[in-house]
Amino acid sequence: MQNALTSRPARPRSLQKRQEAIAGWLMAAPVIVLLTVFVIAPFFFAIYFSFTNQRLISPNPTEFVGLRNYQRMLNMRFFSLDPVSDATGNPVLNEEGNYSYPRLRTFTRDNPDYPQLDGLREYTSWQVGKKRLYLLVNDVVFIKALFNTIFFVLVVAPLQGGLALLLALLINQRLPGINIFRTIYFMPVVISMVVIAMLWRFIYDGNNGLLNSLLSFISIGRFEPQDWLGNPSLAMGALIAMSVWQAVGFHMIIWLAGLQTIPGVLYEAASTEGANGWQKFRHVTWPGLRNTAVFILIIITMQAFGLFIQVDVMTSGGPLDSTQSLVYQAYVRGFQKQDIAGGSAISVLLFLIVISISIFQAYVTRERRTR
Amino acid sequence: MAGGMKTKTVRGRNYWVYIVLRYALLLIVALIFIFPLIFMLVSSLKPDLQLLRDSGSLRAFVPYGDISFDNYLAAFRRVPLARFMFNSVFVTAVTLAFTLVLCSLAGFAFGILKWPGKNIVLAVIVATLIIPFDTISVPLLLIVNELPMIGREGFKMGWLDTYHVQIVPFIADAFTIFLFTQYFRDLPREIIEAARIDGASWLQIYRRVIVPISGPVFATAAILKFLAMYNQYLWPLMTSQKEEFRPVMVGVQYFFQLNVAWGEIMAYLSFITIPVLVFYLFLQRAFIESIASSGVKG
Repeated sequence: MQNALTSRPARPRSLQKRQEAIAGWLMAAPVIVLLTVFVIAPFFFAIYFSFTNQRLISPNPTEFVGLRNYQRMLNMRFFSLDPVSDATGNPVLNEEGNYSYPRLRTFTRDNPDYPQLDGLREYTSWQVGKKRLYLLVNDVVFIKALFNTIFFVLVVAPLQGGLALLLALLINQRLPGINIFRTIYFMPVVISMVVIAMLWRFIYDGNNGLLNSLLSFISIGRFEPQDWLGNPSLAMGALIAMSVWQAVGFHMIIWLAGLQTIPGVLYEAASTEGANGWQKFRHVTWPGLRNTAVFILIIITMQAFGLFIQVDVMTSGGPLDSTQSLVYQAYVRGFQKQDIAGGSAISVLLFLIVISISIFQAYVTRERRTR
Repeated sequence: MAGGMKTKTVRGRNYWVYIVLRYALLLIVALIFIFPLIFMLVSSLKPDLQLLRDSGSLRAFVPYGDISFDNYLAAFRRVPLARFMFNSVFVTAVTLAFTLVLCSLAGFAFGILKWPGKNIVLAVIVATLIIPFDTISVPLLLIVNELPMIGREGFKMGWLDTYHVQIVPFIADAFTIFLFTQYFRDLPREIIEAARIDGASWLQIYRRVIVPISGPVFATAAILKFLAMYNQYLWPLMTSQKEEFRPVMVGVQYFFQLNVAWGEIMAYLSFITIPVLVFYLFLQRAFIESIASSGVKG
């Protein structure tokens, strides 16, 4: 486009400027258009759909429903029940000596006195003195997905970041052949999570799984084989362990890059002053790694909130919804059930969570830097 | 763990004990990372019966006994693996080519040229980095379902079950643009000014001056994009209902309910992983440096 102008060596400044502006816009135009259509537009569509009853294919026109999708997902209430009393007002005890309570269903199913509880279901309950305290929610599966995802992130972010730092320190040595180890530690990162998850299904298998064999070998047969993915109290832990195993090499490399920006003279100075290994780490290494730490924490958090492939390949959210995740539910609702509005509402919530946590983490760590 | 910090150790027996301990630790950690992969490759060669029998001992990691490629042949019979592999390679290669050209052009515009609106546009692009793809996949599905296209059957509406749908949305990616912008911004201005004085157009400067000296950033962008595209799962799962457009990762689904045929599964997984592993082992320095630079600059 500028070729016609190239042969003239001396150009007036204003023409040059205009030419540069045109070139700039033209060169950026393709990606601007593509990002607008395929990232920015769907992002705003997601927000819009979350306020409607949009479905992929529907005979009815799309309607604006306000916050209904969000209310359905997030509606939760605490509700307490008094024990059943006899005529004198003393609580009745059942055969095991426990208080007995009226059935919850009588309050949550078409009870005109409790319209706000209609349709809610028990998520969990606690004993508080004589009373029974219930957490009632409208969308049990969504709330499970929300709590599971938060739990996953809370465990994975420090665990993966910390292990990655240990690995980086381990690999940051001048030893012959150290690159071979670096290559091996990083290897799972280049492999698709789909492949890893499928492979680990065999490792976690309850009958012939590698992990059971290994543990029973180490414990000389004393270990009881577990169905790692079939047990509600173990499945999420199994997903966490595998996820960390797969991704930790990635963050190791980023820590390593951070470590190598710390000037060697600082360590030499610390050595002359007689600092031991831990003191050097505490006063030289760690202060030099703060920016890296913030970056790593934010990317692990963002990646961890995207928990999906592991769930889809290994557990489909089970057993007993113990591995449901937000993205998995967004996929199930938005795609499999073609409930675009419901899926979008989960997506928007996920986005809000991710962005607030990123801002919060950046803020907290900035405070520390100025102190 | 005093790794990394040079300790002034007296070279004696203690020194060698120290070195051996370090290697022992490195080796144990390496085994944790590599055992599952060795198991996958070795098991893909064994018949199911032997595979299950061996899984209780270290024999699980040794290729011995009734070794053959039967599992691979069986996997090929069960799944149109050649077709899937072609789809994966084709989609990855085409996306990669477009991404490298268009994102580097944009990086040139953002990193080197001055034009009104540049800073705002760049800020918006960087802001999109915070949008996880998972959160826009559902509405994106609706959008591509409404897009027109001209294909082999003539004009039709909807991009589902095409190669387009797996390629076009991923050509422009904010992270790659950002990578190029950062790299180009740090290049010395003099070489660009010199070319300007010689009367070169901006496109010529991009092609003849900038691209030849930007090998490292192209390698970084190519490696990261290659991994992202070849390992795509959610999007092709949603958009390719027809078998003929599915990539290898979606093909894994064919084995979901197949708990008995582990040998076949391992063969399929090995087959789709070996190309990436070979690629990685040959270019491991470039792979690792690309990740490192993405972190330092990000």
